[in-house]
Amino acid sequence: MRDVAIVSFSQLPSVKVIDATDEAELVQPVTSDAMEQVDLTQDDIGFTCSGSTDYLPGRPFSFVAAVDGLKAWPPIRESHVEMDGAFALYEAWVRLMHGDIDTALVFSFGKSSLGPVPDILNLQNDPYYVQPLGLDSISAAALQAQAMIDAGKASERDFAEVAARSRKNAIGNPNAHIKGEFSVDEMLEEPYISSPLRKSFCPPVSDSAAAIVLAVGDRARKLVKRPAWIRGIDHRTEAHALGQRDLTTSPSSTLAAERAGLGQRSVDLAELHAPFAHQEIILREAMGLGDDVNINPSGGALAANSLMTAGLIRFGEAASRILSGDAGRALAHTSNGVCLQHNLVAILEGE
Amino acid sequence: MSEILSAPYVLEYTYTRSTGPVVGRFLESLRYEVLEGVKTADGRVLCPPLEYDEEGEPTTDEFVQLRPSGTVKTWSWVPEPRKGHPFDRPFAWALIQIDGAHNAMVHAVDAGKAKRMQTGMRVRLRWADEKHGTIRDIDCFEPMAPYLPSPVHLEYDVNPGKHYSAYLRGLQEGKLIGGRDPAAGKVYVPPRGADPTTGNPTNEYVEVPDVGVLTTFTIIRIPFEGQKLKPPYCFGAIVLDGADTPIYHLISGVPHDEIRMGMRVKAKWKPQDEWETSLENILYFEPTGEPDALFDSYKEHL
Repeated sequence: MRDVAIVSFSQLPSVKVIDATDEAELVQPVTSDAMEQVDLTQDDIGFTCSGSTDYLPGRPFSFVAAVDGLKAWPPIRESHVEMDGAFALYEAWVRLMHGDIDTALVFSFGKSSLGPVPDILNLQNDPYYVQPLGLDSISAAALQAQAMIDAGKASERDFAEVAARSRKNAIGNPNAHIKGEFSVDEMLEEPYISSPLRKSFCPPVSDSAAAIVLAVGDRARKLVKRPAWIRGIDHRTEAHALGQRDLTTSPSSTLAAERAGLGQRSVDLAELHAPFAHQEIILREAMGLGDDVNINPSGGALAANSLMTAGLIRFGEAASRILSGDAGRALAHTSNGVCLQHNLVAILEGE
Repeated sequence: MSEILSAPYVLEYTYTRSTGPVVGRFLESLRYEVLEGVKTADGRVLCPPLEYDEEGEPTTDEFVQLRPSGTVKTWSWVPEPRKGHPFDRPFAWALIQIDGAHNAMVHAVDAGKAKRMQTGMRVRLRWADEKHGTIRDIDCFEPMAPYLPSPVHLEYDVNPGKHYSAYLRGLQEGKLIGGRDPAAGKVYVPPRGADPTTGNPTNEYVEVPDVGVLTTFTIIRIPFEGQKLKPPYCFGAIVLDGADTPIYHLISGVPHDEIRMGMRVKAKWKPQDEWETSLENILYFEPTGEPDALFDSYKEHL
């Protein structure tokens, strides 16, 4: 196994609407910035991989258009996943294991403001049994949240406390979308969208883009003083049908965290991709993250939720704290699918 | 900065999907209001059926018919449905474990109000009127109440007896008849077979006037099964002049906050041509306007 590190990270501030941006306009600022931070150009990059979904802009093959934000002449090695950019990072990590290249550029973009996100995400559901019913993403998450309450694992107040803490953490994050001191009691007065989920227990819908540069071994050490080494990375998926899982647990997160090496030593912080407040509680339990772990110092997806980008931003936020020397060991997590079906976990470390 | 252009844009795919032998059979059965599950290799039943179980094992080609009922495993109430939702009125999403199945089905529950929803509740399937061989051939599920209608209907002939017959015949003529035991002297309205204080027959009839004292009363404000009047209304105990027991009737013709114990009241009769052998010949009692009776004068009748 080769040692791979995150050496730079760039993101656009998550906001409700980024105007005047086609794919190339979203991608160009973050990819060029991530490369400039380590004095690289596209010519120095061995492999480029992106994560996005065409259903957000409603434009087939929008991921191909995104390549226009890169210098792609002479032709580059390029790939794409119809998933969060964090899964593109996983593909790039695998590609770096081949041994023939030392650098990779990973990026993702989420222009969530163009369409009806809760309805678009129904397209993730089973097309025979669920899609025709119109199960939106908030209602699907609500079924999971109610199951948490019924199992005695959490209360609505617990959900509100996760949301309040996340948005308080985000005060220090210039790129967060929703931040500030919010009252738990006031949140509990909000009307239900789909019970037991109230507006504050749900993520904002944000526009953003992000990019990360990966480098191998000594190449990474030459580019930055303190690379954020990916000590372990693993992803696991569960059954698709909601009716065939225990929604209050996340065995895929447990296994992915174990395989990524979490068990060996605790982490200083964890950046969890839990768009809905109750999902953070599930993930913490599944991965055994105790009170000593700083959860989502950036504010997490409850503070900024650009679809297909929020996961890659978790990797960037965790890595930034290692690159800066503020943290020694961190966990980065991304989920995919309905109700945490699929989970990716990495353990990052400084030297 | 130049102005950003914007326009509406609709994305549609008019795809069709092949269903295959497992999903296809399930959906086809729905057209005939038949709910089926498929057996897994280890003998469990999946509804909705899948080609593979969660362990990746192929399911068998054995289908079993299931009762169209189940149990709610988790749910979410939607107070304001979205455009694509199955109802345009408040409803619940739920994961429903069909009776006899191992897994659960996502569907809607038409419960009317959130209060009726509970994990563990029993629901029954409601079929759609029109079927198209899709999951929406199941219109929704609805709460199953643990009650069954249990009406009783028996037909009797009522015989009011000698004394009550005398009372009812009196009413038919606009008279109020009481019964008296000559030895004790107490007058019972309506008359009864015996004076309960002496045990003697009260076979002496006396007519009492339709005027008396309201000794106590209540204002009915809540509705109940079989109620004939719309609340609020007042019901009172009236000791007619010369009687020693009260009759009970409506008190009307006076604001409720002016009704009081000791108030003098008089019967308001129906038109005479409507009289029958019934106390309903009196519509209600209303104040006479006389001074109130003193408490001491009726306290023994309370």
